[in-house]
Amino acid sequence: MSEKPSDAEILEGLAEIVEEVAGVAPDDVTADKSFVDDLDIDSLSMVEIAVQAEDRFGVKIPDDELANLKTVGDAVNYVAKNV
Amino acid sequence: MSNVDVVVTGLGATTPLGGDVSSTWDALLAGRNGIRTNTADWVARYDLPAHLAATLAVEPTEILPRVQARRLDRCEQIAVIAAREAWADAGFAIPTDEHEPVDPDRLAVSIGTGIGGPVTLLDQDDILETQGLRKVSPLTVPMLMPNGPAAHVGIEMRARAGVHTVASACASGAEGIANAWQMIQNGRADVVIAGGAEACIHPITVAGFCQSRTLSTRNDEPERASRPFDVDRDGFVLGEGAGVVVLERADHAAARGARVYAKVSGYGMTSDAHHITGNHPEGIGQIAAMANAVRLAGLTPTDIGHVNAHATSTVVGDVGEAAAIRKALGEHVVVTAPKASFGHLVGGAGAVESIITLLSIYYGTIPATRNLERIDAKVGLDVVTGEPRKVELAAAINNSFGFGGHNVAVLFTAA
Repeated sequence: MSEKPSDAEILEGLAEIVEEVAGVAPDDVTADKSFVDDLDIDSLSMVEIAVQAEDRFGVKIPDDELANLKTVGDAVNYVAKNV
Repeated sequence: MSNVDVVVTGLGATTPLGGDVSSTWDALLAGRNGIRTNTADWVARYDLPAHLAATLAVEPTEILPRVQARRLDRCEQIAVIAAREAWADAGFAIPTDEHEPVDPDRLAVSIGTGIGGPVTLLDQDDILETQGLRKVSPLTVPMLMPNGPAAHVGIEMRARAGVHTVASACASGAEGIANAWQMIQNGRADVVIAGGAEACIHPITVAGFCQSRTLSTRNDEPERASRPFDVDRDGFVLGEGAGVVVLERADHAAARGARVYAKVSGYGMTSDAHHITGNHPEGIGQIAAMANAVRLAGLTPTDIGHVNAHATSTVVGDVGEAAAIRKALGEHVVVTAPKASFGHLVGGAGAVESIITLLSIYYGTIPATRNLERIDAKVGLDVVTGEPRKVELAAAINNSFGFGGHNVAVLFTAA
């Protein structure tokens, strides 16, 4: 990406990835939602989501960081900080 | 003899003839053909001598939700589709926390497959080669493992009495049903979702079968390529499909007023200990499998009115089986060979053909064998040709044999 994306753009991009991988409606992908508890995403899908997010935003998400991304908001903040 | 009566209360299938049991059965009775030219680009790329395939009539991705489909290998997809049909046909709803139609501790799954998920294995290997580790799916192993189809069905229907997968090549589907019957006999379960599935049409499997010289190369006439028992047969056509039945303890089925298609009265299961792909020349294993099934059912060979033959349309196999049928049961049995219509479904074959066998009893109608224009003089049996045969059947056997020397005969009787 040429410019740093805004938080809203990151959220929108994540929502598209989550829909593609796990079939969650984009409107349900909001900052306060837990990937596991609220969106019913399993650990296998989280790996796919992380790889797609890396490609889309040009960030690295190592496994020990991925484990800390409990909510969609956590993921948005991580991407915003590391992009 | 068996101690516990076991009945079939639900049927499900997806085959080259149709996306469910009724469309498959209707197409079979109507004499329709499920064998097509294999239009994949790799047939020409690798100069494969066999240009035919019996691909599914209904693409599983048209049935399953997109996200579920992408998490399942094609073999798992079709097992789930067939299991849902069988489960609903048996009168059960999909389990929820509020309602579990069968006690999970008394429900099991027994779904066999010849290979499992080779297409996933090979596709993901390509991805590793071309795109590297990051792009390899985290679902690779659960998609390629042969117990995946049974496991997914077990999760959806909440089966906690055990989920099992047998791999006996082209006998897998029949062995899956036989093992399910045994589980109910042993008291491990009251209801078992049983059958087989296969979806392995890929350049390497086709190439391998070509190299073992087992596939038909009647490329110009797909509709006439699979011709069991005919003098001009030249090999089988590789197909894909799944068949699933709900087996149930008879008193369990009666207590809930379930419709019963047929009774499973016994099976015979033997191994040739002879050659990895060839039949035993005297057919000792096949004969013993049929004889054991008759004995276990407490019947005599004259009670068996019909055999749904394994007959794949190979030169050696078909006449070997015919001789074994004559020896084990006699020349009175009426025979059909449905692979003429939908090819060889490998691990799905024994399950789909078991369904056809028990429907033949249920409806009193044996489908005809397509393409049987000149019967091989060595067959010596009454094979149904032309129109379906109306005949009241008390007992019938489905034969399924597999590479490795596996011989399975499942015996069904009228309910």
